[in-house]
Amino acid sequence: MAQKPIREYDGKRLFAENWDNYFKGLKYPFESVLVRSGEELLKKAGEPGYEWLKQKPLVAKPDMLFGKRGKNNLVLFKINKPGDVTLEDAAKWIDEKRKNKVKVYSKFEGDKPVGEPKEDYLTYFIVEPFTPHSEDEEYYIAAASLDENYDVLYMSAHGGMEVEENWDKVTEVKIPIDASDEEIEKLIKENIPADIPEDKKDVYANFAINFYKFFRDLNFAYLEINPVVIKDDKVYLLDLVARLDDTAGFLMKEKWGDIEFPTPFGMPEKSKEEKAIAEADAKSGASLKLTVLNPKGRIWTLVAGGGASVVYADTIADLAGGVEDLANYGEYSGGPTTDETRFYTETVLDLMTREKDPQGRDKILIIGGAIANFTDVAKTFKGIIQAFEKYADRMKDVGVRIYVRRGGPNYEKGLKDIKEAAERLGLPIKVYGPETHITDIVRIALEDDKKGAK
Amino acid sequence: MSNALFTRDTQAIFWNNNKSAIQRMLDYDYVIKREKPSVAAIVAPTSSAKFEKFFFGTDEVMIPIYKSTAEAVKNHPNADVLLNFASFRTAYDVTNEALDMDQFRVIMITAEGIPERLARLMNKKARKKGVTIIGPATVGAITPGAFKVANIGGTIENIVKSKLHRPGSAGLVTRSGGLFNELSNIIALNADGIAEGVAIGGDRFVGSTFIDHMLRMEKNPQVKYMILLGEVGGREEYKVIEAIKEGKITKPVIGWCIGTIAKHFDSGVQFGHAGASANADEETAEAKNRAMKEAGIHVPDNFNDLPHVIRGVYEQLKGEGVIKDIEEPEVPPIPEDYSKALAAGKIRKPRNFVCTISDDRGEEAVYAGIPISAVATPDTGYSIGDVITLLWFKKRYPKWATDFIETVIKTVADHGPAVSGAHNAKVTARAGKSVVESLVTGLLTIGPRFGGAIDGAAKYFKYAYDKGMSPVEFVNYMKKQGIPIPGIGHRIKSVRNPDKRVEGLKKYAKEFFPATPLLDYALEVEKVTTSKKENLILNVDGTIGILMVDMWRVLGYTEKEINEFIESGALNAFFILGRSIGFIGHILDEKRLGMPMYRHPWDDILYQVEKAEEL
Repeated sequence: MAQKPIREYDGKRLFAENWDNYFKGLKYPFESVLVRSGEELLKKAGEPGYEWLKQKPLVAKPDMLFGKRGKNNLVLFKINKPGDVTLEDAAKWIDEKRKNKVKVYSKFEGDKPVGEPKEDYLTYFIVEPFTPHSEDEEYYIAAASLDENYDVLYMSAHGGMEVEENWDKVTEVKIPIDASDEEIEKLIKENIPADIPEDKKDVYANFAINFYKFFRDLNFAYLEINPVVIKDDKVYLLDLVARLDDTAGFLMKEKWGDIEFPTPFGMPEKSKEEKAIAEADAKSGASLKLTVLNPKGRIWTLVAGGGASVVYADTIADLAGGVEDLANYGEYSGGPTTDETRFYTETVLDLMTREKDPQGRDKILIIGGAIANFTDVAKTFKGIIQAFEKYADRMKDVGVRIYVRRGGPNYEKGLKDIKEAAERLGLPIKVYGPETHITDIVRIALEDDKKGAK
Repeated sequence: MSNALFTRDTQAIFWNNNKSAIQRMLDYDYVIKREKPSVAAIVAPTSSAKFEKFFFGTDEVMIPIYKSTAEAVKNHPNADVLLNFASFRTAYDVTNEALDMDQFRVIMITAEGIPERLARLMNKKARKKGVTIIGPATVGAITPGAFKVANIGGTIENIVKSKLHRPGSAGLVTRSGGLFNELSNIIALNADGIAEGVAIGGDRFVGSTFIDHMLRMEKNPQVKYMILLGEVGGREEYKVIEAIKEGKITKPVIGWCIGTIAKHFDSGVQFGHAGASANADEETAEAKNRAMKEAGIHVPDNFNDLPHVIRGVYEQLKGEGVIKDIEEPEVPPIPEDYSKALAAGKIRKPRNFVCTISDDRGEEAVYAGIPISAVATPDTGYSIGDVITLLWFKKRYPKWATDFIETVIKTVADHGPAVSGAHNAKVTARAGKSVVESLVTGLLTIGPRFGGAIDGAAKYFKYAYDKGMSPVEFVNYMKKQGIPIPGIGHRIKSVRNPDKRVEGLKKYAKEFFPATPLLDYALEVEKVTTSKKENLILNVDGTIGILMVDMWRVLGYTEKEINEFIESGALNAFFILGRSIGFIGHILDEKRLGMPMYRHPWDDILYQVEKAEEL
C-alpha cells in the first residue's frame, strides 16, 4: 500500500546480501542477530557462524521501529565501562527489558523527554559486536524519496546521537530521479561535506555514491545510517532506520528476500478480526480493510470505497461531536464477490453485537457508499443480507438500527433487497439512494436518536 | 486543444480488452451522439482475435485489436489518448513505451500500486514531453458531451441522472474516483452539472495534480467555477492556494479536504488512499481546509454541508448572469442489455433448442436429473449401463436390463480388422489422420449392410409376431417380398457349429429376463430356416435386436414406444457405441505400429477400362 518501516536487522541484512553488487572495494563485516529473548540469544551463540557472540564484547538494543533508543536509555553497551558487555550480560539485560512495558519518548530537548511517551512491551532485540571507534570516525548518511522529481541525499561528517542538533552541518543533495550514474557521481562528489577530512573524502564519496544507488535500486523510501563508521576499507553500520516502498515487492522478491513489515512499537497488535480481513484482502482482487477504533463504540460503518469511507468517518466525528461513538474504520471496494462481502459483514456484525451499549442506547450501523462506478450493488448487498440472516437475533439483542445509502450499477435492486430482508428479519432499517446526499444518513441516524429517545 | 482536455473528436487507444468499460464508452458516445466511437483501437498482447464487437445503440461496431501499442499507433495516427488498463505489474512499461511514441497527448493509468520510483520516473518523463498523465490509481476524467474515460460516471443511467452527458458550468477535480461520481451527482442536484472533471488518483505520486487541471480550466470559457475535493496528506492544495494568491486562478473555487477524522487518531491508522497520510501539520485536512478558506476559497463547515455551498455559488453566478440556462439535450434511450433485462423478467424469447436429458446450468451438471458425481464412481452403484439408459431413455433400468445392455456392448465391441468399418478406420489412420477422423470413416460404413441387421431383425420379427404370423407364414411372407430375413444366416456358423456369442446371449436371457416371447418366436423361425439350409441360423445381430424388443416389453413400454425406438435407430446405436471401442483399438494399433500410407495393390483390382464413347 505504501512506504513501510522495516527492522534495523532487516535493513542490515539487505546491505549484507547485496553488498558485493554495490560496494566493491569496501568491506561490511555483517555480524548481527535478531532475538526475542535471552534464551534465544544464548542458543544462537551455540550455532556455527555466531561464535563472535561469545568472543566479542556486545551491544544490545530493541529493534522495533522506534528511534532515540540511546536517549531512552535502551542501548546496552557497557556494564562498568564501554565495551565490556558479555553474552550473558546481554541475555540477562534482554530478559529484564522484556519483562515489563516500557515508556518510549520520541522527542527530547537536550536529554529531557518531551511530549507523551508510547508504552508497550519490547519483543525484538538486535545484538551486535561493540565497535570501538572515535567520534571523528562517525559519519552520517541518509536518503529519502519525498518529492516527485528528485531524491534527497543527506551527508554529514558528524554522525551520532546529536545529528539533529547539528543539522546545519548536514549537506543536502537533490538528485533528479532520472539522473544517470555519471550525473549522480558528479553531484555527490561536488557536494561532499567540506568538514570531512581530505584523506577520507574519496572513501566517503565512494560509499555515498553506492549508498544512493543501493537505496534507489532496492526501492527504499527512506534509509538512514547514523552513525556509519568508516575505518580504512571497512564500513560499520552502527544504527539504521529504513522504510521500503512495499508496492515494489513484486519486483524485489530476490533482492529483499523474506522481508517482514512489523507493527510499530506502541501500536496495538492487530486483532484477530482485523488480521482475518487483512488476509482476505491479500487473497482478493478487491479491497477489504478494517480497523477497529473502539470496540465499545456505538456507531459501526460498513462503507464501500476508500474515499467514501473517509467522508463517513469525517461526518460522524463532525456530527456526533467527536469520535467516542465511532467503533471502526474500514472499506470494501473494487467489486468484491458476494462471499467476500458476507465475510466482511459478518466480521463487523460479530464485533458489533458482542455487548450492549453501556448507556442502553441503540447501536447504529451505517451501510454507506458513493455512487459506484462498476461495483454491482445488488451483488454486494446479497452478501450483507446473508450476514444479516446469520446475525439477526444478536442484532436485535443489542438493538441495531440500520441506515443504508448507496448508488451505482443495479442499486435499485440492491436497495429493495436489503430493505425487504431487514424487514423480514425484524431489523429496523432506513434505505436511501443517490437522491440523498451521501453522508446524510449520518445526520438522519443521529436525529433518530433524539426522536427515538434511546 | 489547449483549453479542454477532450473534444467530440478525441479518440483513444484502449490498452487491455476491458469489454465492459469500452462498452460504457460507446454507450456514452451513442447518448451524446458522437460521430466516431471514442475508442479507435484496443491493444491486447495475448489476444488472438483481430477485432471485438461492441454495441453502438442497437447496432454493433467492430473495434480492431492489436498486439502492441506500436501497431495500434501506426494504424490510428489520430488517437491521441491512451487508456492504460494494464495491471500494476505492467502499467509502467506500457506507459513508458507509449511516451516514446510521441503520439499521445493524454495517458490515463488505472492501476493501483505501481512502485513509487517507477511512477515518479514515468510522471517526470511525461512532464518533460508535455504529456498529461491522469493517475495512476484513478477512474479517469470526463468532458461531458465530448469524451468519457472508461468507467468514470458509472452506468449510463447514472451518467444521465448526474448530467454528465452534456456540459455544465463546474470544473471538478478530486482525488478519489468513487467520490468523483458522488460529486457529479451533488453538482447535478444543486447546480447545472460539470464542464470537465478529473479524478487525479489516490497514489502518493500522480502524474498530474489539481493545479495542472485547474490552470487549464481557468482558461476554458465553459468552466465558470471550480470544485476541488482533496484529501488529508500531500501539499497539492497549497499549489492551488498559491495560484489564487498570484492571480493565476480568478474563477470562484469551492474546496474541501476529506480526512478531518485523522486528527482524532494516532498516525497509525491509514484513512483512505496511499497518498492520504499527513507527514506534517500542514498536510492535515484541517490545516488545508483552513488555508483554503483564508485564501478565499468557499469551504463548507463539513462535508455534509458541501451541497449547500455549491448551490450558493451556483445561484450567485446565475444571478450575476455568468451562468446561463442550459437547454437540456434529448437523450436517446439506450437499449437495455439482454442479460440484464432477462434477469429482471422484462423480456422473453422462444427457444430454438430443447433438451430433456441433461442440464449443465446448476452447481453440477446432471444426467436425467442425477448429478454426475452421483453416478460416476463405483461406490454410487451406477454402471455404464445405467448411464446409457439415463441419457438415452431418461430412465434407470433394473439390473438385469443394464447388465444385458453391457453384455451387448461387450459382444459387439470388435470383430477383427477385416470388416469394412475396421478396415476403413485402419486405412484412414495409416493416411496420418487423427483418431476422430479415422473413427468416423469406420462408423460411416455402419448401415443396412454392416451392423444394420439389428434394426431390421427387430423390425421384421416384431412385425410378424404382432401380426400373428406363424413361423412358416413369416418365412414365406419374406420370400414373397424378396427380402432375406434380417438376423438370419451366418457366413460360417451353422446348427452344428453354433455361434458362441449367440449362445451366451440366449443363455443370459433365459436365466435373467422375466420373459422372452419374441426370442422364443425367433427360435421357431430358425427351426424353419435351418431345415432349409444349415447356416440359416439366428445370428448375433438378430439375437440382439430381438432381445431388445423383449427387454422393452417386459419393462412396460408400449408397442408404439418400441416402434419409435426402432425407427429412431436406437438399436443401431448400441452397435455404433460398442463397435467404436474396437475401431479406436484398431486406430491406436496403427498409430502404435507407425504403419505407412496404405496403397491397394494393382493385382487385387480388376482393371477393365474402355475408351469413352463420344456422344
